[in-house]
Order: sequence, then C-alpha cells, then structure tokens
Amino acid sequence: MGLALLAERVGRTTLNGVAEIGYAASLFGESLYWLVMGWRRHQPVRADAVIAQMMDVGIHAIPIVAVMAGTIGIMLAIQGIYTLRTFGAETRVVAGVALSVTREFAPLITGILVAGRSGSALAARLGSMRINQELDVLKVMGISPVRFLVVPVLIAGVVMMPALTFLADLTALGMAGVYVGFDLGMSFHAYVDQTINILRVSDILHGLVKSGIFAVLITLIGVANGSSVEGGAEGVGRATTRAVVQAISAIIVVDMIFVFAMTRQ
Amino acid sequence: MTFIASREQHAMPSDEAASGRVKAIEVTDLVTHYGTRRILDGISLDIHEGEIMVIMGGSGSGKSTLLNHLLGLLRPTSGTVRMLGRDINRIKPMELHALRRKIGVAFQGGALFSSMTVGENIMLPLREHARLDENTMRIMARMKLEVVGLANFENMKPSELSGGMIKRAALARAVVMDPAILFCDEPSAGLDPVVASAVDDLILRLRDATGMTVVIVTHELESAFKIADRICVLDKGEILTVGTVAEVRDSPNGRIQNLLNRRTEEALIDPDEYLRRLTSDLL
Repeated sequence: MGLALLAERVGRTTLNGVAEIGYAASLFGESLYWLVMGWRRHQPVRADAVIAQMMDVGIHAIPIVAVMAGTIGIMLAIQGIYTLRTFGAETRVVAGVALSVTREFAPLITGILVAGRSGSALAARLGSMRINQELDVLKVMGISPVRFLVVPVLIAGVVMMPALTFLADLTALGMAGVYVGFDLGMSFHAYVDQTINILRVSDILHGLVKSGIFAVLITLIGVANGSSVEGGAEGVGRATTRAVVQAISAIIVVDMIFVFAMTRQ
Repeated sequence: MTFIASREQHAMPSDEAASGRVKAIEVTDLVTHYGTRRILDGISLDIHEGEIMVIMGGSGSGKSTLLNHLLGLLRPTSGTVRMLGRDINRIKPMELHALRRKIGVAFQGGALFSSMTVGENIMLPLREHARLDENTMRIMARMKLEVVGLANFENMKPSELSGGMIKRAALARAVVMDPAILFCDEPSAGLDPVVASAVDDLILRLRDATGMTVVIVTHELESAFKIADRICVLDKGEILTVGTVAEVRDSPNGRIQNLLNRRTEEALIDPDEYLRRLTSDLL
C-alpha cells in the first residue's frame, strides 16, 4: 500500500513537472508569436512597458549586482592566490580570475540575483493579478496577457541580463585587480594588460549568451508559477518561493549543460 | 414608485414573446465538471439583444461557473455557448480575441489594475484596441467617469477608492468601448443599500442609453428584481426557471420560493445514513 502510494506520488509529480515544462515552452512560443506578429495584428508590445521592465530588471539591480560581483572578484583572487601559492605560481591568479569570472561567476551570480529579485517579483505580481481576476479581465478585454505582461519582461530580461553580466564582469575583475595589487604588489595597469591578453572575445560572449538564456528561464518560471496560483495570499507566497527555487535550480543545471556543450570540442 | 414606473417603461416581453428577437447569447445543453463533480447540468439559455438578464441563485448554484463559460474563460465538458452568433469554444483564438472586444465585464471585486490610476484603467481598452490620440482617449475616459459619478477620481489609484467606487470604476472601464454585451458579476454585493441602488440605476441608465445587452450574476434579490427584464434561477447546476420578474416571483416551484424567501431546504435525514456519513472514513 505504501509503495503504491509512493509510486502514485512520484508519477503525479513527474506528470506535473512535464506539464509545467510544456506550459513554459508554450508560453515561450506564444511570446515569440506576439513579438513578431503583434505589429501585424495592431497589438504591438508596448515600448513603455518594456522600458519600465528594463528599469526594474536591470537599472534597479545595478547596485546589488555590482556589490556582489565585486565581492566575488575579491573572493576569487584570495582563493586563487592561496591555492596557487602552493605551486609558487601566484601571478597566474590573473588568468584564473579572468576566465572564471567572465565564463562562469559573473553570469551565475547575476542570474541568481535577478532570479531572487525579479523572478520572485514577477511570480508574486502575476499571482496577485490572478487572484484579483486581473488576468481574466485582460482576457475578456481581448488583450493577450502574454503580450501585455510576459513579453515586456522577457525582452527586458534578455537585454538587461547580459548588460548586468557585463557590468558584473567589469566590477569583479576590477575588484580582483585591486586585491591582487594589494596582495602581490602588481600594478593595476599590469593586471589589466594581463587580463586583456588572456581573455578572448569568445570568453566574454560565453558568459553573455548564458545570461540571456538565464533571463528566459527566470521569466518563464516566474510566469508559470505566478499564473497558476491558487489559494489566496498563501498561494502567492508558495508560488514566489517555488519560482525562486526553480529558477536558481534551472540556472545551475542549464549552466552545467551549456558549459558541457560549449567547452568539450 | 420610481422603481415601478421604471419597470413599466423598460418591461420586456416574456420568454415566448421574446423568442422572435435576435439572440445575443445562446447556451445549449451546457455541461461542465470540476474534476469528477458536475457543476452545470444541461444548461440551455437564450439571452436576447438589449435585454437585462439576471442569473440568480444561491451559493454553489453554479452561477459564477456559468458566467465564466459565457466569457469563454472555461471550456465545457459538452454543449455550446454562442455569442453574437459565434461558438466561442470552437472559433480560433484570434477570432475570440476580436469577439471579446465587443463585450465588457465588471468583475465582483472590480479587478482594476492596481499599478495604474483609475483613468489609466479606463483608458486601457481604448489604448489597446482603438487608434485614438491620447487626448481623445482621456476625454472618453472622463466621459465614462462622469457617467458613473467619479469625475474627480481620474488620477487616484484603486487602493484609494472605496468598494462602491471600485465597482463603479470597473463599470466605467467595462463600457468604455461601448460593448454590445455587458457582463456584471455581483455588481451590488457588499455595498450599502444606497450605493447598491445607485449602481443598479447606473446599469439601467447605461442599457437605456446604449441598448446593450446586459448579463448580471447576483444573489441579491432586491437588485435582481429592480433591474432584470428576465431572471434565470439556477440551483445545483440546473435552471429552475427563466422568466420575467413577475413570473419568477409567482413561481409555484418550492425551490424558487425557498430562494426568494431565504429558507433553507430541510430534508428528512435518515439516522443510519447520517451516522454513516460521519464515520465512513474512520471505521
């Protein structure tokens, strides 16, 4: 009996998971449809809504992203110097920091911060709108909620996440340079020269493309959770938590898959 | 007395006499379930152009579910809903979008967008569907706000309004596109009698001015009797009767009289059955 119940629960959870992935995929398809066809149908995605979301997702996140990226940069420099000192190769820390920040840490930390800020806010906003029948109102007004609410966030995320990641690159590398100068006595100028010599454009693009993918994941997961809220304010709280946990998990898993696909030649 | 005069002036013919009129909404054999529970059981209902149809029933009677079906927000298990001649469950999504521009809805809680001002809320349908300049849209929104008595509230947020004001603002938004059909979900529920009466008068005025079809879901008897041309009484997912106010009032049906007189149905309970219900999952 217990085994049967367990099997049923696993089966049900799996089915729900597949259904949620399917829903997110259909949301993405519908978003692309409105992005392309909205103009033709005289229902374009509003530029003012996109700009408002860009402010929210991007501009307002600059302080926290800069502080966290700077901290990560210093932390990587400390750890790198500590590890490389064993081999007497402390100066190689510049290469380690440059590559790990641009390819991994900057997009990852930006993704996690945006998931925590904007993914949760999106789920809470849509959840409240669903409870207050605002989503129903949009539908019966003949306004697609996907075009009106989802596409602006998606565009804002895809534009602002790489921009934030680039900012995180600069801040983390800059702060790491400050620490390296302090610990190893290397001039900032020499640090910058070394970093530029080590980094290729593809390293930076690797991080920026990943962050664009993270933006899509955060948006779709936030929307899927928010628009399926049931059970009042408690349901909104649950959806918000789920959105953040799922988005961060998805970012990490997709990051691993992306790295595997892009670095194994 | 005013009410009686108003009813005589706007009296609609009974169901038989009305049958020759154009149908704005036609529901045929509508059956719907939530999970395995049957909520609506073979509902058939015609609503004619220009009439005010009140869908009435107690809690759990299925009236809100029926409204959601009329709006195309739910898909039925079986049966059809035709609105302005189109089967809303079989037309393409884009056609449904277009059809919905011809309807207005005022939900029970107003469902105003909290991030927008009252004026922006009312302008939203115009902004999305009508190619008008900003000033024209603003003037049209102000006109509708005047009609609902909220002339000076354009720049306020919904959170700054009272319940009655929110309902009136929602009504203004619902009619800003001059819809062919207006749906109102519990328009006077939760309001004090004076405000509730004002909202009812407003709906009557709007119908008289524009000739739109109005569908109202309510459990407020006084309101229903005041504004309805015809009333559809729902109970346990079935239609008990459809008729004029007088026909419903004089109905010999016990369940309708229970609803009108606010009596609960008291069925004889078998003691063994009662005990089984209480303990069936514990033994």
